[in-house]
Amino acid sequence: MATLSTLVFVGLIALAVVKSPGWDDVKQSFFDPTVFRESFPDIARAFLLNVRIFLIAEVFILIFALVIALLRGLPGPVFFPLRAFATIYSDFFRGIPTILLVYILGFGVTALQLPGVPVSPIFWGTVALILVYSAYVSEVYRAGIDSVHPSQEAAARSLGLTRFAALRHVVLPQAVRRVIPPLLNDFIGLQKDTALVALLGVVEAFRQSQIDVSGNFNYTPYICTAILFLALTVPMTRFTDWLIARDRMRQLAGGMR
Amino acid sequence: MRAAILGLALTSVVLVLAATATGSPAEPAQSGSCAKANLNLVEDGQLSLATDNPAFPPWWGGAAKKPWEVSNPASGKGYESAVAYAVAKQLGFSKAQVEWSAVPFNNSFRPGNKPFDFYMAQVSFAPERAKNVSFSNSYYFVNQAVVANAGTPISRVRTVAGLRGYKLGAQVGTTSYNYITRFIRPSQSAAVYDSNNDAISALNSGQIDGIVVDLPTAFFVVAVQLDDGTIVGKLPQRGPRERFGMVFEKGNTLTRCVNRALNRLWTNGTIRSLQRKYLARAGAPDLR
Repeated sequence: MATLSTLVFVGLIALAVVKSPGWDDVKQSFFDPTVFRESFPDIARAFLLNVRIFLIAEVFILIFALVIALLRGLPGPVFFPLRAFATIYSDFFRGIPTILLVYILGFGVTALQLPGVPVSPIFWGTVALILVYSAYVSEVYRAGIDSVHPSQEAAARSLGLTRFAALRHVVLPQAVRRVIPPLLNDFIGLQKDTALVALLGVVEAFRQSQIDVSGNFNYTPYICTAILFLALTVPMTRFTDWLIARDRMRQLAGGMR
Repeated sequence: MRAAILGLALTSVVLVLAATATGSPAEPAQSGSCAKANLNLVEDGQLSLATDNPAFPPWWGGAAKKPWEVSNPASGKGYESAVAYAVAKQLGFSKAQVEWSAVPFNNSFRPGNKPFDFYMAQVSFAPERAKNVSFSNSYYFVNQAVVANAGTPISRVRTVAGLRGYKLGAQVGTTSYNYITRFIRPSQSAAVYDSNNDAISALNSGQIDGIVVDLPTAFFVVAVQLDDGTIVGKLPQRGPRERFGMVFEKGNTLTRCVNRALNRLWTNGTIRSLQRKYLARAGAPDLR
């Protein structure tokens, strides 16, 4: 029954699109098989750069974001400057549009011509993504840390663990496990934002498809890029859903015992 | 390609038929099916034209007037603006009957009805592009050129082969970029930017050694946009001769009438004198 209703539903939408007055134009502009075949290999090759940028950025983001989240959670008046820094950092980099930061770092910082500072656009584009996404991810970590009940830490400390050991062995393992789904959510966003590095002259998948689009006056290459991004993000979203479901099952099972 | 040749053949047959139908070719352009009342227009009684914003000199001129930045397409100054008004006059429109709107280059070829009668923004003709839009005949034959900062090693290069070792950049979707990848074939892949302004930023921050643009734009970049720029040289013509054409909705019958107007402007010397007025500058060295 579910299959049938899905088929009817999808069929009706497809019919509405295909029967629309502009469909022939749209079909030729967005779904031209010849243009697709010609542009796909180039775009796929350029897409490897997106994957590389994403993988490198992700490692740094996981580390930086955790440091910022921990700074923000430091207790006592002594650590106020560090707490303030962490707060300002996450406010600033979540508030500024990523595209502007890419421009400012990629063209602004490099134009200073400081000796020893790299000018590579890939480097600065990746740095911009790391800065912005570390801010988002640090908030995710913080939510996770806050969700662990204070009694957990109190219990750990009463057993003789130091503050650091309690954090390391009791709080963080629980916190991180809880935030894996939102973490993956941010990484899906990051994967798509790797296309912003193109602004600095780098030919990644989106730029390559733009080049092919303007060479043919045909938008089919954008469909190639969309398919490549989906091929990367859909398995990840499914994986995230599976993690959430598994976690739920565990908690429910725990409740039954 | 075969379709393009067939299309050309058909167009010329139609042109011949039209010429015989309307009598001698000496008759005014606005007669017969190209009479003002018979033109296929977006809005009756006016010519709706479009270009990208900002519209840069020397292609466009006049003082900037909202919503236009840098220049004003309705000024009739600058090469493309002057050609547009000359064509409009041939079709029987007064200056007041020409309306301009800003359309980004990437939207100029989107599917569906176009909001303009024709679009001018230094768009080069290509057979692949002509599958999705109609192009007018040439209103300018183009050469590409290389721009760099004066005193840098690339500024002393005298041959196309000598450019191979340098990092070059160009605007996305331009024939300048195609020229780099097809004919210069540099050892480092070319950088591609949203606009020439971004390419200039990259040049100034040392991310690229040179920019490839069309020659008239090269003069503008060196004169206005770079502090210490120089034209390394004019690139030789490779492949089919590059030409700018106006962009029309695919199959628009107005194309034929604009082509007639353009033919007339080429024959009566108007186009040559406008090129002398707006595009002729001191020569640039030729790269071999």
